[in-house]
Amino acid sequence: MNHRFTRLAETSRIPVRLVIDGHTVEALVGDTLMVALLNNVRHLRESEFDDGKRAGFCLMGACQDCWVWTADGERLRACTTVVGEGMHIVTRQPEATWPNLA
Amino acid sequence: MAQPRVIIVGAGPSGVRCAETLVAAGLRPTVIDENRRDGGQIYRRQPDNFTRPYAKLYGTEAGRAQSLHESFDALRDKVDYLPETLAWNIFDNKLHVVRNEVSSAMPYDALIICSGATDRLMPVKGWHYAGTYSLGASQIALKAQACAIGRQIVFLGTGPLLYLVASQYIKAGANVAAVLDTSPLMRRVMALPKLLARPSVLLNGLGLVAGIKRAGVPVLTGITPVEIKGESESGVQSVLIRDSRGNERSFQCDAVAMGYHLRPETQLADLARCAFRFEQETRQWLPEVDEDGRSSVPGVYLAGDGMRVLGADAAEIGGRLAAMAVLTDLRLKVSDEELQGLRAEQASMERFRQGLAQAFPWPAEQAAQLPDEAIVCRCEAITAGELRHVVCGMGAQEANRAKAFSRVGMGRCQGRYCGHAGAEVIAHAAGVPVEQVGRLRGQAPVKPLSIAVREEQE
Amino acid sequence: MNAHRADVVIVGGGIMGAATAFFLRKRGVSVILLERGLIGQQASGVNFGNTRRMGRPVEQLPLSNRSRESWLKFKELFGEDVELLLNGQLRVGFTPAHEERMAKYAQEAQDFGLGMQMLSANALHERFPYLGPELTAGCYAPYEGHANPRLAAPAIGRAAVREGAQVFENTEIVRVEKEGEDFRVTAADGRIFRAPVALITAGAWGNRISAKFGEPVPMIAKAPQMCVTEPVPYAIGPTTGALADAPEQSVYFRQVARGNIIIGGGGHELVDLDNRRAYVNPSRTLLTLKNAPRVMPAFNHLSIIRVWSGIEGYMEDSRPVMGPSARVPGLYYAFGFSGEGFQLGPGVGDVMAELIHTGATTTPIEHYHIGRFAKLAAQPA
Repeated sequence: MNHRFTRLAETSRIPVRLVIDGHTVEALVGDTLMVALLNNVRHLRESEFDDGKRAGFCLMGACQDCWVWTADGERLRACTTVVGEGMHIVTRQPEATWPNLA
Repeated sequence: MAQPRVIIVGAGPSGVRCAETLVAAGLRPTVIDENRRDGGQIYRRQPDNFTRPYAKLYGTEAGRAQSLHESFDALRDKVDYLPETLAWNIFDNKLHVVRNEVSSAMPYDALIICSGATDRLMPVKGWHYAGTYSLGASQIALKAQACAIGRQIVFLGTGPLLYLVASQYIKAGANVAAVLDTSPLMRRVMALPKLLARPSVLLNGLGLVAGIKRAGVPVLTGITPVEIKGESESGVQSVLIRDSRGNERSFQCDAVAMGYHLRPETQLADLARCAFRFEQETRQWLPEVDEDGRSSVPGVYLAGDGMRVLGADAAEIGGRLAAMAVLTDLRLKVSDEELQGLRAEQASMERFRQGLAQAFPWPAEQAAQLPDEAIVCRCEAITAGELRHVVCGMGAQEANRAKAFSRVGMGRCQGRYCGHAGAEVIAHAAGVPVEQVGRLRGQAPVKPLSIAVREEQE
Repeated sequence: MNAHRADVVIVGGGIMGAATAFFLRKRGVSVILLERGLIGQQASGVNFGNTRRMGRPVEQLPLSNRSRESWLKFKELFGEDVELLLNGQLRVGFTPAHEERMAKYAQEAQDFGLGMQMLSANALHERFPYLGPELTAGCYAPYEGHANPRLAAPAIGRAAVREGAQVFENTEIVRVEKEGEDFRVTAADGRIFRAPVALITAGAWGNRISAKFGEPVPMIAKAPQMCVTEPVPYAIGPTTGALADAPEQSVYFRQVARGNIIIGGGGHELVDLDNRRAYVNPSRTLLTLKNAPRVMPAFNHLSIIRVWSGIEGYMEDSRPVMGPSARVPGLYYAFGFSGEGFQLGPGVGDVMAELIHTGATTTPIEHYHIGRFAKLAAQPA
């Protein structure tokens, strides 16, 4: 079982490709980044405080539990971002070298 | 007098009806909304390339959703509409909004805050595991993205939304493992007189429950949540509860949708320095308003679920009432007959709301029973035990003091999801009434503000 | 009703009052500490949290060094951990004039044990690669650090209680007066507190009390403008402050061990002392957010999640009022720390306790005597 969300309808949309932790996967045009990710993997990020993996909570931009890192050190709120072709998302906490990426 | 500067925050049911009323009176309000499209959370529109019809998306509320969307479409060139715009602060009679990383200060003569509501949450041990979502989240996944939050879903909490979303999931073909309601059935019977203020809504609700049971999904009332079991790596695995007879029961699942009714988004009212009052029936602090939505601060008005949670239909009425209050205060004409009619409608909604509060009470007593190792603040991963320590060991008996010592409520969500439960934990540990604990002060920004933001150059 | 009585009554339960109460008890002196709200709730609790010495006036460094001794053994002394993190202090500059200022200070303060090292542009960027390209020089002081201001003063207050201090919170004081040999302090609810010695540590409100004793001082209350980012992996060692040519342009930041980065700057807002609320002006927040990425460009990828402010007393000459009254025997002051009191707190408590107990102190504080404003009192109001 490699994904968390399941699609119940609207599945004939055009596919879009993105990269999650180095693996290229497919989502659908019109997906939020969160839905694109969770239809491929089971989590979005790691908690900063060692209590495990997180997969979002409110889906309406209120809880802020779904902020993910891009490969070049940018931050995106997955539930309010629309997925785009070629996005490169990292679900692990980056190393302490993150400020040097900018 | 120059055209008054009127700003509405929010384009849900109350914001849209407010704008409509103001436009009809000859004003041109500005409508600020965080979402890409109008409709709010309840009548959220699906993306353009989705094809499900209104009836499928909104069920019995399809007509209302369509009417609201069409009303707003008709208003588009009569208002200044700023979607994808966050109202992040209020200072010196100016609303500070940010859009595309540009922040601007908008002066106003009248500000109507139609900020809506978010889920009201009571933590349970294990609610931090991946796969636990708010009820609202589970509904948005389905409505806006045609997804279920998992393969096998437990609905846990209380309130009408619990049954509505479970039923929507079943209809959409999702596998619902159980609906677990903390409210005892007796409470609903006792609340009947008040719930009869809106007989059709009541009937709808009863129909939903019957439908869920017909689908073979277990519906349990009067339960006590014990634990969401899972693993930090793989997430939710099952929900453990005690049923109304006190027997432990476990339901396998890979997702939990939980919520205990809704709570208003009051950060902007707080930043506008509106006075709040404690409401005993629902055990929460609400902005003080008159019957039309005037706050304690001149020029600042509240409407819809962002003021107090009365539901979408009442929000449409509240939006109109707040608009009429603005017009009255600007010395413009309003129809007294219409005003009286709307007030009367709102009063019956209010009676129904009290019925709901009685039927589906906020489970304050669970806070006392939370085990020390249960996380209260998801953002900062602070446990009930840590919160109790600052109360009992460090003397923090007030919400903001406990926040300063423990970090509960200090995270990214600004206490939206832990504030109410945290106050109950503090109250119980300190042995004081929850109103004495107070409420977390709102602090800007209303939501995270990118450091790349720049001030608009005039 | 019997009056509460002790050897010393302290008015104002910020870090100065709490620390003095603690050190007086260590010397066996009985003490009453009075606080209008809760211990450490105003300037002591909401400041940036710097425990640096670098950048202080040279005449203040002995006091600052004495305070550092308490910070280094904070847990041992006061019994609690307050997230002290000693990863150095870095000052950075954009211009040759900034470099000159830093070099001059490094020279003047070289005998006080700060271990300052001037860094050229190359050395700076090599050692701290996340810094922005506009920065041309830095000065690094390796032993400095920061702590959690929300925790420090309350921890000292609790330690004082454990040592036997009588601490009264939620006690609004309406009058402080001398009555015979005693000071008589009256609370709004009528309670009376008496002691032959009174210490005023009332922060931004200190001037109101000193003026009643004929010793007004030029002080204004200002609100610092703070914000904090979401937590991100710990990457920034030293507390960093950029030199600026105007207060509004200043920016300084520190990362706590949990990952959040606290950013201050953008100048100050004025405060209404009577309402006791200080606000953050969004324009100042935006100014700080514009300036911070000049120091560290990676800031542009982060968000702030909260802003806050507090009420601090700033003296016209930026020097605190500290020491005995010039007019009233038995009366002492320690307030007006002008936004730089947090680091000094434990040291001020230590010195004031010594001064009150022995009549003298080994740490020089004569620069801070209230007598320097004596001519103000002579002027007609």
